Amino acid sequence: MKKRWYDYLWIFSLAYLILGFFNILFAWLGLLCFFIPLMISIAGGTKGYCNRYCGRGQLFGLLGGRFGLSRKKDIPKWMKSKGFRYGFLIFFFVMFFQMLWITCLVFAGTRELNEVVTLLWTLKLPWDWAYHGTLFHPGVAQFAFGFYSVMLTSTVLGLITMVLFKPRSWCVYCPMGTMTQLICKAKNRTGSVAAKET
Amino acid sequence: MEAKTRTRRSAFVDTDACVACGCCVKVCPLNAIAVFRGVAARVDPKRCVGCGRCAKECPASVIEIREVQA
Ligand code: SF4
Ligand code: SF4
Ligand code: SF4
Repeated sequence: MKKRWYDYLWIFSLAYLILGFFNILFAWLGLLCFFIPLMISIAGGTKGYCNRYCGRGQLFGLLGGRFGLSRKKDIPKWMKSKGFRYGFLIFFFVMFFQMLWITCLVFAGTRELNEVVTLLWTLKLPWDWAYHGTLFHPGVAQFAFGFYSVMLTSTVLGLITMVLFKPRSWCVYCPMGTMTQLICKAKNRTGSVAAKET
Repeated sequence: MEAKTRTRRSAFVDTDACVACGCCVKVCPLNAIAVFRGVAARVDPKRCVGCGRCAKECPASVIEIREVQA
């Protein structure tokens, strides 16, 4: 199969993770991985982002596939159940809003900037070496630390399930994947009924 | 009269459990599978030869290769 330009977007995902070690403010770029899939699903009614452009999925596919870092076993049933997928989406959202709330507090000046990256919502890793002060408000940096925590956490979870199960196991419970699929389902409800009848 | 039926294999997607990630689409050598409207993957039975690549790749393991009467 011919490789296309979008088959190399994993390079961006990798670069993103690495840049976060040098300057946390690059974490803001991660917003692209939130807004692009949402826009594609809301405007186009497809999971075009997952299906084509998602660099993170490609990265797992590459590491687990080409580099053989995956056992390639079936994912446990509960992990692909709707309950777990939707539950994880809700959990992710709650943690995300909590992160936004902390950012707001820093912006408001009622809380000091905390230069840590929180892994798996509990492990606080000191990350001050990636912050050199900015022209911006400390709240800008707080958001970057929070957002990078989200991205790093999902990468670590994705890597664990990549090793244990199939390379792209993360895609089964990825909140962005689940959310865009739900949007497509809602958007195409009438369409899919018509399609079933044919 | 007993007509000789040729059995061939084809992929079947459990659409309810499909997460529409599109991993199957990327590996199908015959373009026989596609994600339909971001909801679930769909197999084109005319093109699919049941090679099983998609089933191997599917992270949710929701593709089954079955024999069908041709
Ligand atoms: S499910 Fe998540 S990781 Fe997988 S392709 Fe979609 S957005 Fe990327
Ligand atoms: S079984 Fe082979 S030919 Fe059929 S959809 Fe899967 S990859 Fe394509
Ligand atoms: S790889 Fe599996 S879960 Fe993903 S779209 Fe294909 S059938 Fe659905």
